[in-house]
Amino acid sequence: MTQDMLLAIAALVPAGSRVLDLGCGDGSLLAYLQENKACTGYGVELDDANVHACIARGVNVLQLNLDQGLRLFDDHSFDVVLQIDTLQHLRNAEVMLRETARVGKTGIVAFPNFAHWPNRWSILQGRMPVTKRLPYQWYDTPNIRVGTFADFEVLARKNGLHISDAFGLQDGQRVDVMPNLLAGTAVFRFAGLA
Amino acid sequence: MSFIATPREMRFAEPLPLQSGAQIRDYTLAYETYGELNADKSNAVLICHALNASHHVAGAYADDPKNLGWWDNMIGPGKPVDTNQFFVIGVNNLGSCFGSTGPMHVNPDTGRVYGADFPVVTVEDWVNAQARLLDAMGITQLAAVMGGSLGGMQALSWTLQHPERVRHAVVVASAPNLTAENIAFNEVARRAIVTDPDFHGGHFYAQGVVPKRGLRIARMVGHITYLSDDVMNEKFGRELREAVNSVTGYKYSTQDVEFQIESYLRYQGDKFSEYFDANTYLLITRALDYFDPARAHGGDLARALAVARCRFLLVSFSTDWRFSPSRSREMVQALVKNKREVTYAEIDAPHGHDAFLLDDPRYLAAVRSYFAQIDTAGARP
Repeated sequence: MTQDMLLAIAALVPAGSRVLDLGCGDGSLLAYLQENKACTGYGVELDDANVHACIARGVNVLQLNLDQGLRLFDDHSFDVVLQIDTLQHLRNAEVMLRETARVGKTGIVAFPNFAHWPNRWSILQGRMPVTKRLPYQWYDTPNIRVGTFADFEVLARKNGLHISDAFGLQDGQRVDVMPNLLAGTAVFRFAGLA
Repeated sequence: MSFIATPREMRFAEPLPLQSGAQIRDYTLAYETYGELNADKSNAVLICHALNASHHVAGAYADDPKNLGWWDNMIGPGKPVDTNQFFVIGVNNLGSCFGSTGPMHVNPDTGRVYGADFPVVTVEDWVNAQARLLDAMGITQLAAVMGGSLGGMQALSWTLQHPERVRHAVVVASAPNLTAENIAFNEVARRAIVTDPDFHGGHFYAQGVVPKRGLRIARMVGHITYLSDDVMNEKFGRELREAVNSVTGYKYSTQDVEFQIESYLRYQGDKFSEYFDANTYLLITRALDYFDPARAHGGDLARALAVARCRFLLVSFSTDWRFSPSRSREMVQALVKNKREVTYAEIDAPHGHDAFLLDDPRYLAAVRSYFAQIDTAGARP
């Protein structure tokens, strides 16, 4: 995650929140939230190197496979549940979205928007996009769920999620005009499911 | 060659009340310490041992340089639990056969060797005995308490019995209680011992015999459960000890050692029966069976752990079926419910339960980095 993106996401998290960060990577976002916004909580991560990085920076991390669900966590037990660049790696992305809305009072999801114009341009030329945001070749990408800003709106509606904020992120800047075309990252904030 | 460790003993005259209602008096605890206790006594780490271990946690003895502590890969100068920074205490539990008062010692009430009359001791009793040792050292709060397997149960129990005395708990390859299957394995081991004609109801010392047959079987059963199917197949497979001249290589004997795994188990059993005490085996497996902090809370582990205050590191190993990752996850869940600070590492290792004593780099790195975060500058109020 770039520092720009980290700061943009952190700005969405109220100070003092209890946070669950699903697919927390090296723990840098949680560490930032702990140090600068007095947040508490846990990261969930599967990768050994990332788990170690979290421990080394003093972030509480739970080494669990998200594809096995969030059974460990009670309904609405966190103020904010984050899924930052996680959704695209999940086999059961829709289940995890519902679980995020069950466990969190608020859910925040961010993922690479495949409808960003450079990606569209690449497809028009007949090739899968390889960009700074999507640096992988089609044959070795870890992104097994490729979706767009507009696709997520449909999935959220299907699951009865109430979206309280939705925008694009490009170069660390919020994109409110035509985010599906103009932003490399899609960001959604939604309320937990009762 | 590791550093030189020096075993010590401390005598306690005052009776220790036990969970069973009995008490034990005039007892001795064997212990070792490594590193220096700092001025405000805030850098102490207590290591709790499992079934077949002792206070000799790290280092080697000057007169026995091959006798390395059982967690020497984990603890020492520059090791994951760095004795340049921490003052580490290893203590032998009551009822053991490695130095602290146990069934082979004289009962001050009768003047005779305890034998089977040694009182049943529990994890909670051990923790209270350990707390008295810390009292005598002037240590009011531990930087960390740490243990694997049964030792992990003691570490967990510390956080419940003396929550204000622990800043961190490191619980490795452990469980909040034993499953029925686990108790069953312990019972097979105990039956092997008590049905050995040399057991004499636990008073075999006076007869000048040792129930070695029972101890051997107990160890063989235990050893199987500490390994994984994968690692056994890798180490032994179906390899024969000595192939005879036939198509199959088999001896066609029901009693000879045929497969390498048989030879290995017999060797482990023989070795164990030479040094381990039969009554100690019964006592320690019972302590394992009885441990169940949720029991007093209607089986609700989250309620049981509500009193814990410290930060936790839990570690489990993927192929450990005796203390499986799901049991560690139960503890994680209960701690999360209580909003406790917890980190959980699930190490994908092939070695079964034994992995907690081995050199997996991810495991050692996780412990090292966790301890590097522990503040030794002052006690928590």
